[in-house]
Amino acid sequence: MKRGTTVYLYELAWILPSFAIPVGMLVALVITAFGAGIHLPGNEGRIDPTKVAESAMFKTPGVIEIAPGQYEVRMTAQVWSFAPNEIRVPAGSTVHFWATSKDVVHGLLIPHANVNVMLLPGQIAHAQARFDTPGEYLIVCHEYCGIAHHTMAGRLVVEPRKTAEVAR
Amino acid sequence: MSPSENRLTAAFLAIALVALFGGVVTGLFQALEHAGVNVYPSTPVVKSYYHSLTLHGVLNVLVWTTFFICGFLPWITTRALGVPLASVGLGRFTFWLMTIGLVMAAIPLIGNAATVMFTFYPPLKAHWAFYVGLTLVVVGTWLVTLNLALTWRAWRRGNPGARTPLPAFMALVTFAMWTIASLGIAAEMLVMLIPWSLGLVGGTDPLLARTLFWFTGHPIVYFWLLPAYISWYTLAPRQAGGKLFSDPMARTSFILFLILSTPLGFHHQYTDPGIQQGWKLVHAFLTFAVFFPSLLTFFNVVASLESGARARGGKGWIAWFGKLPWGDPSLAAQVLAMLLFTFGGVGGLINASYNLNLVVHNTAWIVGHLHLTVGTAVTLTFMGITYWLVPHLRGRALWSRKLAVAQVWLWFVGMIIFSNTLHRLGLMGMPRRTMIGAASYVQPEWKALLPLVGIGGSVLFVSSMLYFLNLILTLVASRAPAPAVPGFAEALSGPDHAPAILDRWRPWIVLAFVLIAVAYGPTLVRLAVTTPFNAPGLRVW
Repeated sequence: MKRGTTVYLYELAWILPSFAIPVGMLVALVITAFGAGIHLPGNEGRIDPTKVAESAMFKTPGVIEIAPGQYEVRMTAQVWSFAPNEIRVPAGSTVHFWATSKDVVHGLLIPHANVNVMLLPGQIAHAQARFDTPGEYLIVCHEYCGIAHHTMAGRLVVEPRKTAEVAR
Repeated sequence: MSPSENRLTAAFLAIALVALFGGVVTGLFQALEHAGVNVYPSTPVVKSYYHSLTLHGVLNVLVWTTFFICGFLPWITTRALGVPLASVGLGRFTFWLMTIGLVMAAIPLIGNAATVMFTFYPPLKAHWAFYVGLTLVVVGTWLVTLNLALTWRAWRRGNPGARTPLPAFMALVTFAMWTIASLGIAAEMLVMLIPWSLGLVGGTDPLLARTLFWFTGHPIVYFWLLPAYISWYTLAPRQAGGKLFSDPMARTSFILFLILSTPLGFHHQYTDPGIQQGWKLVHAFLTFAVFFPSLLTFFNVVASLESGARARGGKGWIAWFGKLPWGDPSLAAQVLAMLLFTFGGVGGLINASYNLNLVVHNTAWIVGHLHLTVGTAVTLTFMGITYWLVPHLRGRALWSRKLAVAQVWLWFVGMIIFSNTLHRLGLMGMPRRTMIGAASYVQPEWKALLPLVGIGGSVLFVSSMLYFLNLILTLVASRAPAPAVPGFAEALSGPDHAPAILDRWRPWIVLAFVLIAVAYGPTLVRLAVTTPFNAPGLRVW
């Protein structure tokens, strides 16, 4: 950092882009995060982890249609299962997941759908995603939760629009 | 360097290497399991995949790193300052305290009573001795900080106005940063986990525990990494036959690490409920800020290596790279570690990206990332350091330099296979920390790649066995005297070009605390006030 020396010029030539690169990346990040409507879990409130089954929110885990194309999943995680462990929605649906854990830390991961949230005992977790492509999605617990952690999984089936409507 | 200081360093190194051995053996088991070979029914001691994984994580990322650093940095500091360690007695006490702590933690760990991973998230509840033991290890690291600070003060009395020599400055920054950062884990242990595991309180809270854990859990990676940087900055340029490019730039980057390492732990909790998105975004910004000193390091270290290669006749923009002294296993290990760390750094930016993290969080991608950073940038560099440090401490030359060169290349190749495969599996949605060989939901696209995890892991295992073989033969069979240890590199732009304020402690430490208070204060206060501590503990392994 001695002005006028060759080393100083090289330092400067590196420091300026080193500053600009992370700043540029941050701008890209903020634009894509908020422009694309990516949703991160936030603070949705607490729940007594020993009384999940009695709570209004998680008394009856399952899927409900809250508006046309809008579904809400009330889900509990416990060693070593999800309830419900199978979810069916028609293509083009937006699914709001409300979930919590009854015992230890679990995770809710739906690969290729941007659903990735920790399920902590004591916390209500929220995630949402839109499912346009019909097919079967894996629901998997991605946090170590004991000796049979690798058996904890479920599936989300996105049905083609027509058959879903007929079935309903 | 007095014999008693050398013995202290050797003692820390011995424990570190024993831990690494246990870590790589269990690591092989993990890799084979993913490739479809379940060895656990026939292993003694190791009860399950998850028991093995906990041993692998604790031994490698907590014990190997910490004990190595607590042996290596005091050695570097006293050598750079040219004064003895302030108190060898305190050093010995520290060693025994940490070793007793380690044994306390190891008993339940080996006995399958602490199969909670190295992150020990409650309400998984380990035996209390596991938490107490690890806490004693952390307290030991604070005593190393104290000893280094006293050593520096003694040096300062004899050298008023002089710039702290760079290696000592960096070692002190590393321990100062770590001591601040470790307050989170200390609070988690003392206030939450220890009273709870002893049965003094009934419940715990996963979110507060995770928040305190990651307060320490991200800066701990800088605690592992900065000692590797110290070798890259102050020894590797000389080993390459060149000079450090810029001493002031090196100091600047370390001061930035001191300030910026801690207030960014929420990037490990982007997917946690209970923390507001706004604070997560603040931590994302700060994580990108800490990328800046990493870029400074990249430039400075590569420019220094280039000066060495050019002095050895290297030419061209890229071709000089071949002129580095590749026959020196210590330097080869470090340069290969740097190469892979470039990819680790890029992957780290993806993890830190507020939104992209949704694709990779808690998938095998993270395992791939961690093996490039702590598993290569740190571990391969530390291996390179032991290739001169162990001969020096033993007084005998390394048993075989050729074998050592082959070993570091094998690590490099094995890690490329292993880590690249895990990154890809993560992008395909394969979860981490999961006994994949026994999972019912293995996807066809994962199946095609899983054998490569076993192959990469096996190559790494062979490499580590060659490493241990070479070290053991150095201890027992080598006859030639040890060569001189690498000297500290001179700088093209020396310490006198650095602003004097870089050599002061108080402003930077105050600034570090201010940033922590801003980034963490509101959330920690809210959690402390509202947390009900009502989650009971469970043992489900």
